Amino acid sequence: MTRWKISVDKNVCIGSAMCVAIAPGRFVLDERERSSPVEAEIGPDEVVRDAAASCPTEAISLVDADTGQPVDLGQ
Amino acid sequence: MTIGSSPVKFTPALPGEPVREIRTIGGDRPVFRAELPDGRIVWLVSGYENVRQVIIDQRFSRAMAVAPGQAQPGFEMFAAGSINGMDPPEHTRLRKLVASAFTARRAEALRPRVASIVNGLIDAVLDRPQPVDLVAGFSLPLPAQVICEMLGVPAADTGQFHAWSDIVIGDWQRDSDEIMTALAELYGYFGRLIEVKRAQPADDLISALIAARDDTDRLSEQELTVMSCTLLIGGHETTANQINLSLLLLFDHPGQVAKLRTDPGLIPGAVEEMLRYGRLGGLAPARVATEDVALGGVTIPAGEQVIPLFATANRDPSVFADPDRFDVTRAAASHLSFGAGVHHCLGAQLARVELQEAFRGLIGRLPGLRLAVPASELEFKPGMAIHSLRELPVLWGEP
Repeated sequence: MTRWKISVDKNVCIGSAMCVAIAPGRFVLDERERSSPVEAEIGPDEVVRDAAASCPTEAISLVDADTGQPVDLGQ
Repeated sequence: MTIGSSPVKFTPALPGEPVREIRTIGGDRPVFRAELPDGRIVWLVSGYENVRQVIIDQRFSRAMAVAPGQAQPGFEMFAAGSINGMDPPEHTRLRKLVASAFTARRAEALRPRVASIVNGLIDAVLDRPQPVDLVAGFSLPLPAQVICEMLGVPAADTGQFHAWSDIVIGDWQRDSDEIMTALAELYGYFGRLIEVKRAQPADDLISALIAARDDTDRLSEQELTVMSCTLLIGGHETTANQINLSLLLLFDHPGQVAKLRTDPGLIPGAVEEMLRYGRLGGLAPARVATEDVALGGVTIPAGEQVIPLFATANRDPSVFADPDRFDVTRAAASHLSFGAGVHHCLGAQLARVELQEAFRGLIGRLPGLRLAVPASELEFKPGMAIHSLRELPVLWGEP
């Protein structure tokens, strides 16, 4: 069963809140409005893929937990 | 409906009017009912946290605000078919198609080209007798050239779509027939351009969108046309007037200009402060509550319109110390001028690069830049959804 690892580079995140709006429950903002995943490893979820593809600073990384390969963001 | 107070009469402020008056218009209530000049009764929302919630929380719908029966005249007629007037998942499907062209990385890659356009425009300004109108000579052609090159729109056509753009982003004072006519002409123009590019694809964004339509059916022909228009319109009058309003701010703060001239490394931070402090937008686009939502001490009933007051967020004293002071060394990038959530400005990263290069060029190459007329003689275009200067006549060099 495929698993995805999510990570957010807080140094790249600008707090646009795109991810928390597209995928509520999957991302959360800290007190500086920087994002992080609620769960670092999840089953495939299209809205998380959408959030990664829509991030204005490409701060969200999505990789296949088994292979370590980036998940195709479908762009 | 809400009991108690009758709606406050509300007219959006002009760029020069003090924000503290807006901050107190609802009395001590951060969220309050108001009657707008077009007769709509809406909830106005003030303060950083409340405004941020309205624009991020998906219980506030843009699509419902532009739906038939809800849509107000003005730029909402344009927004209705565009990503600006959609909610997820439709919004996400379309925005994803263009998001990768507007990332911070792509904007950074365009920086040398932006700097080159800036230098070319300043060369041309320097060749002309003073005073020079910077709207026609700099602030409008810069973003227009950049977005035209990205989209693959012939730069020779810019004059034509400036006129349409002016009408399409009109506010409630505009005649809706005038707006619909301009929209039809703009869509017609892009329809023809898309046919040309379909026959002869190029390395540009419209060609890429045509491929997304024809090869993988990810958007309709209508969506393709509207997206092309949205990118063009969104990409020039906004940036142009952010340059204009920022220059007016700098003219009022010569000490701040001196700091930027001494240390150009301050320019990126200065651009953020100009975005925070300046007031490009008039009344922001409305949202509609999809269910009863508690906000700022009241309950907004499902189905009612909500409008965030961005100026009160960007001047919220609980977030920005001494908020009415313009300070280019302020270390605060968390203004809401690009919005937040799914409608966070698609062109934000590109706009930042354009603004940074614009001010690097203007401050570095036009020392002594100043207004050629009293500020009170400057005219804003009437009936616009953003504060859009008609002309900005300037002088430079030794007074």
